[in-house]
Amino acid sequence: MIRISKKDYQKIVDHAIAQLPNEACGLIAGKIDGADKQIEKVYLLTNTDGSNEHFSLDPKEQLAAIKDMRSNGYLPLGNWHSHPETPSRPSAEDKRLAYDKNASYLILSLAEKDRPVLNSFHIEGTDATKEELIVEG
Amino acid sequence: MKITVAGEQKEVKEGLTIAELIEQENVENPQYVSVSVNDAFAKSGDFATYRLKNGDTVEFLYFMGGGR
Repeated sequence: MIRISKKDYQKIVDHAIAQLPNEACGLIAGKIDGADKQIEKVYLLTNTDGSNEHFSLDPKEQLAAIKDMRSNGYLPLGNWHSHPETPSRPSAEDKRLAYDKNASYLILSLAEKDRPVLNSFHIEGTDATKEELIVEG
Repeated sequence: MKITVAGEQKEVKEGLTIAELIEQENVENPQYVSVSVNDAFAKSGDFATYRLKNGDTVEFLYFMGGGR
């Protein structure tokens, strides 16, 4: 299970909408208690692909985020990105580029602009498993 | 010599290369890893010859990306 505050959820949605028509992306960090993860901070990073169909995190911003996580005592929990026009599920490319089986991969679908859908997945090889995501508050 | 790897200080042999450090740290999927030394990204083609110095701070960053 992974928990995110309503505020951080909205931060992702607002940024993803602002980046349309391109995909938006970032990192999530927080705490882990057994099988439960708590997102404490959402990082909004630049999609260096500047694309509607692909995303790549900016390595310099990634480095700055990792340092910030460390200084705040947070653990990297995974990443997030948006699908402007497709459902909230990992694409073949998302799976191919998911190297960390322990990470949570959050995907926000904006296929219906007034009804964003955020899901979290664990990805191992070609298998993607939906992780329970709770938006709190 | 002492270097800091992912925020953790480590004692390593003098002149350790980035490639040797990657192997020593058992970095998975190293072909998808960027390495920064003192906040500057090293070129992957230089990993085998880039010798770390005492006091260096090293970070491993996985490429993160995807598509619809």
